Amino acid sequence: MNGIPLEQGLIVAGLLFALGAAGVLIRRDVLFILLSLEIMINAAGLAFISAGAQWHQPDGQVMFVFILAVAAVEVAVGLALVLWLYHWFRTLDVDRASRMRG
Amino acid sequence: MTYAFYIASIVALLATLRVITATHAVHALLYFIVSLLAVAVIFLLMGAPFAAALEVIIYAGAIMVLFVFVMMMLNPGPRSVQREKHWLTPRTWAGPAVLVAVLAAELVFITAAGPSHTPGTAQASPAEVGRALFGPYLLGVEMASVLLLAGLVGTYHLSWHLGRRRDNERKREIGP
Repeated sequence: MNGIPLEQGLIVAGLLFALGAAGVLIRRDVLFILLSLEIMINAAGLAFISAGAQWHQPDGQVMFVFILAVAAVEVAVGLALVLWLYHWFRTLDVDRASRMRG
Repeated sequence: MTYAFYIASIVALLATLRVITATHAVHALLYFIVSLLAVAVIFLLMGAPFAAALEVIIYAGAIMVLFVFVMMMLNPGPRSVQREKHWLTPRTWAGPAVLVAVLAAELVFITAAGPSHTPGTAQASPAEVGRALFGPYLLGVEMASVLLLAGLVGTYHLSWHLGRRRDNERKREIGP
């Protein structure tokens, strides 16, 4: 038995993903952009888990473990780059770093 | 069971909305942790207690601590003491506290309702997940480990250069 229909889980995941995408678009502080990326990754994980719950297979949770590893790597490298951005520009505004050298 | 899912979803969506509209990074972080806890409750309701535990331990625990560390490094100085005092006012933590209280009440309700109401046994158990991870998904696990290693090396490389540059700047300031 499972009380939660697949559609509703996917709707919630979609809404969370949309909120994360909106966060990436409307914020210019790089820390908030990283947080919004985390929201989107988390929403993808929710979609996998709800699909796994629908068919009673372990694959959804396996994919969630992989998503977790990807999120951890993304945060570690992203935050190191944030420290570099702050070192170069003394601000966290990504618009200040919009030009490339070369 | 479905109502508990609706409540947890509403909490998750509200907290996420506050994350992308917050002005202070620490406020956003508090609300994001609430959002992660709400998603963990959803996982529990969907019968994935292993994923729920991973969400709390790794996401809300480890990854958020990384964010907190970086924020600590980015605003040092006496000005931050003033800010800490400002953050300890009830207005800051009242919103997340209410949302977490809703989640806690829900968790107590689920636990009190007994194992027959939690579909935890319906979905794949942690043992099955482990067997799948090290059976058909073994290549994926290896790829994830290579990815983690690449992340480790990349982060070490970036922070090593940054540390050296900062040392040089400090020497220049102290020198003639």
